[in-house]
Amino acid sequence: MDGILLPLVGGVTIGLASSFLLLATGKIAGISGIFAGTFLPGGGAERTWRAAFLAGLVTSGLLLALWMPGALGEGLEAPPALVAAAGVMVGFGSRLGCGCTSGHGICGIGRLSPRSLAATATFMTTAILTVFVVRHVLGGL
Amino acid sequence: MHVLSGLVAGLLFGLGLGLGGMTDPRNVLGFLDFAGDWNPSLLWVMGGGVGVFAALFPAIRRRSGPLFAPAFDLPAMRRIDRELLAGSAIFGVGWGLLGLCPGPAIVNALVGGWKVLLFLAAMAAGMGFHALWQRRRLGEDAPCEHLGPDA
Repeated sequence: MDGILLPLVGGVTIGLASSFLLLATGKIAGISGIFAGTFLPGGGAERTWRAAFLAGLVTSGLLLALWMPGALGEGLEAPPALVAAAGVMVGFGSRLGCGCTSGHGICGIGRLSPRSLAATATFMTTAILTVFVVRHVLGGL
Repeated sequence: MHVLSGLVAGLLFGLGLGLGGMTDPRNVLGFLDFAGDWNPSLLWVMGGGVGVFAALFPAIRRRSGPLFAPAFDLPAMRRIDRELLAGSAIFGVGWGLLGLCPGPAIVNALVGGWKVLLFLAAMAAGMGFHALWQRRRLGEDAPCEHLGPDA
């Protein structure tokens, strides 16, 4: 039961957070867009709430480290070059594709956006293929 | 109020990711690995998140506007284009390499070790590269920036 209940509670919390952001500010909780809008030029007046959202995420990490440290895993084992390559692909891809797991995967699907359904199906497929190749063809990295 | 709302939403979102186990890349990779010891937790997290948002979205959208802003700001694009699919495909490969996407990476920024910061710096570089490339290619910002008050 633990294997279902906590993830479900986590998901419901994410849904409430996204709904609250929409209700309060009229914005979609798309984290790649919020991150880009904070650090890339041209953010303007939008930058303050975006920076606050990111500060909230970072603060949640500090609280998790205190309350349930196990939730944060044991850090990244991959070599630095691979970490950097993955980061560049996540950054470039999420901008070109107009969103990531939060904006497309939660909010977009939640409002039945055809673009988000297509995007989520696409990144799920390439992520599953990537894990298959890394783990079962190359035998891990 | 805008700033406070952003802070509360970010805090709640991050706690949800943590409760659901999504801040541990092993759970994410375990979900993506259908040929291994499959870990369904991401499915429950996504189900819970999508379910709640789908249930509340119509009621929120029926309001004349949000609480602390003049109008809703929703993606206006409808067309499924090459950019959407190519970008999502690239994103998925990067996500699958480590099991890390932007939200969990930011939650781990100060508590996940230096490699998380390297990941975030590389992510920002990838986004910056996209902005430059897009401006050269189209002479404007990315089409998905063209959001606006949804009519």
